[in-house]
Amino acid sequence: MSGGVALLLRRAGFGPTAAELAAATRSGYEATVHALLQPAAPDIGASATPLPSLPPDPLSGLTNPSPARRARADRTREAQTAQLTRWWLDRLTAADHQAREKLIWFWHGHWATSIRKVIRPTLMLHQHRTLRDSRDFRAMAHAMIRDPALIYWLDGQLNDRKAANENLGRELMELFLLGIGSYTERDVKEAGRALTGWKIEYDEVRARLSPTAHDHGRKTILGMTGAFDADGLVDLLLGQEECPRFVAARLWHRYGSSEEPIPAGTHEAVAARFPDPAAMLAALLLDDAFRASAGHQVKQPVEWLVGAARQLGVRPGSWDDDTLHKILYSLDRLGQVPFAPPSVGGWPAGAAWLTPGTAQVRFGIAARLASLAPIGPLTPESLAALLCVDGWTDRTYAALKGVSDPRGLLTLGLVSPEYLVT
Amino acid sequence: MDPITRRRFLRASGVVGASALAAGFAGLGISELLSTSTPQTRQQAPTHPKLVLVTLYGGNDGLNTVIPYADPAYYRARPELAYPQERVLQLDTALALNPMLAGLHRLWQSRRLAIVAGVGYPRPDRSHFRSMDIWQTANPVRPVPTGWVGRWLDGTAAPVEAAVSFESVLPPLLAGETRSGACISVGGLALPSSLTTGMIGALGQPEPGESALQARAALSYADLVKMDTMVRDASAATTSPAAAADHPPATATGGASSLAAQLSLVARCVEAGVPTSVYSVSLGGFDTHAQERVGHEMLLRELDTALTSFVDRMTASANGQQVSVLVYSEFGRRVRANSSDGTDHGTAGPVFVAGPRVAGGLYGVQPSLRDLDDGDLKATVDFRDVLSAVLSTVLGVEPARYLDGYQPKQALPIFPAS
Repeated sequence: MSGGVALLLRRAGFGPTAAELAAATRSGYEATVHALLQPAAPDIGASATPLPSLPPDPLSGLTNPSPARRARADRTREAQTAQLTRWWLDRLTAADHQAREKLIWFWHGHWATSIRKVIRPTLMLHQHRTLRDSRDFRAMAHAMIRDPALIYWLDGQLNDRKAANENLGRELMELFLLGIGSYTERDVKEAGRALTGWKIEYDEVRARLSPTAHDHGRKTILGMTGAFDADGLVDLLLGQEECPRFVAARLWHRYGSSEEPIPAGTHEAVAARFPDPAAMLAALLLDDAFRASAGHQVKQPVEWLVGAARQLGVRPGSWDDDTLHKILYSLDRLGQVPFAPPSVGGWPAGAAWLTPGTAQVRFGIAARLASLAPIGPLTPESLAALLCVDGWTDRTYAALKGVSDPRGLLTLGLVSPEYLVT
Repeated sequence: MDPITRRRFLRASGVVGASALAAGFAGLGISELLSTSTPQTRQQAPTHPKLVLVTLYGGNDGLNTVIPYADPAYYRARPELAYPQERVLQLDTALALNPMLAGLHRLWQSRRLAIVAGVGYPRPDRSHFRSMDIWQTANPVRPVPTGWVGRWLDGTAAPVEAAVSFESVLPPLLAGETRSGACISVGGLALPSSLTTGMIGALGQPEPGESALQARAALSYADLVKMDTMVRDASAATTSPAAAADHPPATATGGASSLAAQLSLVARCVEAGVPTSVYSVSLGGFDTHAQERVGHEMLLRELDTALTSFVDRMTASANGQQVSVLVYSEFGRRVRANSSDGTDHGTAGPVFVAGPRVAGGLYGVQPSLRDLDDGDLKATVDFRDVLSAVLSTVLGVEPARYLDGYQPKQALPIFPAS
């Protein structure tokens, strides 16, 4: 056991390497929390994997493209999507500031927007930058309400004063800022009115308010009456006492336990640090309830893949296209492809990842990773150290003992219950 | 949704606790399920009633499915989306089916399709996640940790194969307190050459003192090994990511993408005489907030083709004669179209019940387009009345026991005594 430091690193990042775990163990728990959330050294790994830039969307500037042109554009967008996805997996693997990258991953699941509807990689990249660059949750909420990808995903560009489309307003309250039960249907409709008038300028990759399409009238939302617009609505929602508590509970769901609700004391402590996500997360990670939550999270497929890649010294950025596509296809079957959450509700959690169907797919990815990894001889003991697993149960130890081939051993370790659950 | 997880519905609302899920929903392979067919079950199959639940995720637009074509208010409320009278498939002088539903119209004419109009529940909730929970848990009052089929599994001490879902994740519907239905995975186990199924089986052993999730992870390997025999049965029912990507004109809110593939697996199981009583399948993409016409028509066509070929196939065999299909969605949509040529979340909608045992025709009362509740239809039939009919007739049990004591407000004689 590593005195909780291993749990801390696994949850706050994507899976520590043995060297990172050894260093953190020397520093101690609290110092590691601070180092994770306020890293002093520059992130060399991130600097080496800069955000890609994309050329303008292939249909940019065209009002009525021919079918052939559209078909070409589809292929270009597909290639750009693969490029972005590869870059992100590589960044998650390479980054030294693991907690920062994990938080951005968390926000992607929170504002769950899928390229499968948005289509344009340029819009998804823009949203990714927004999540990355937001100073705190308040700034993020204000930026997201004018984010063209989110607006398109929830039909906001079609919402105008003559007839509201309430998709975005509803999810803003239910899934992004307040949580279900903190508002009425009347509030949803009125919030929809506040959000009217945003149009997407696809070529410029931005959204702009059209004053003529916006409903300038008075709205009554959550008991407050005024001529709310998008920012006014977001300020109102951010000011609700449910908002910090909702965000705290979502953090707990991903970082603490996906199975048990956030304990009352933890809830207070985390919500009190709103709106600074790093401070909220620090409060959560330092809370006793977090340290007692071992065994209550299942690694998400991307978390599992990236953690394994880090430990095995494998870089998604160096995969050939065939390998990348096979892994992305497998991730899709596992239910988690970056930039493509299955619904606006975000990713599943917990036992949902543990069906026999996913077990089968996981074997395939594990075997592929094992074939890519430069490894020498392995024993069950050295495998545990490599994968930063606290230890094997008798069951798994017996299973590992039966395998002599190092790649087979590694494959089995990567799919083991002890490695999947943290 | 993805190997799309119904579970997200549960998670989003926090309804179903981990215990019910960890309690033992087992994964089962298609061939393992088929192997539950024994001489005895095959003998019983022609008299064993079976229910197929088709969940339409996203909120199906009931008014453009069963169309009040004779009502001018329908045309006033949604001029861009309304179907002209000459295109609809008439059911009677007031209602008609969407032109995409030609197959269902044929079932209607042969009296094998029942349509229950205006189905909903008191104090409608317009959240996808909460409303789907309400339908699947059959409790509009408060969140409960079990689905109505799951409670039936509990109450009848049913084996895992009694209720199955052809999705990679268990829908809340099939989660009971102590039991649950099975998720049937399709596809074979391909292991690296250095590993054997024996090694996987070893990983699947339970270990005293491990966390529930870790035990669950181990169990998934035990189940995987059980499924190993199904390799040769690998079926065409797995959907490729490309097929999923083809779908979303609407914001994804769940549901699998190939209904026909799921129903063809159901058909195989029924014909093989497996002892399953309840099958759960789904179709997603009904959240048509924008540009509704084209996306909705595509979905209705898929529903129509899959459902009618399934019912036709079932009608042709003795085992199939016992099959009834129930089609529902978490809510209908707003009467008035929005400015995006789509519709927002609404309330009541039609439920379809089809099959050889069904007394075709219209049940319930189509909600008025003039007497609206804040722009939404007022439900005329409580969905639990429909479930009561299904529980008592198809599953042969006392409905109130599985519906939290609910007493039907109106009897729906969809299934005549046979």
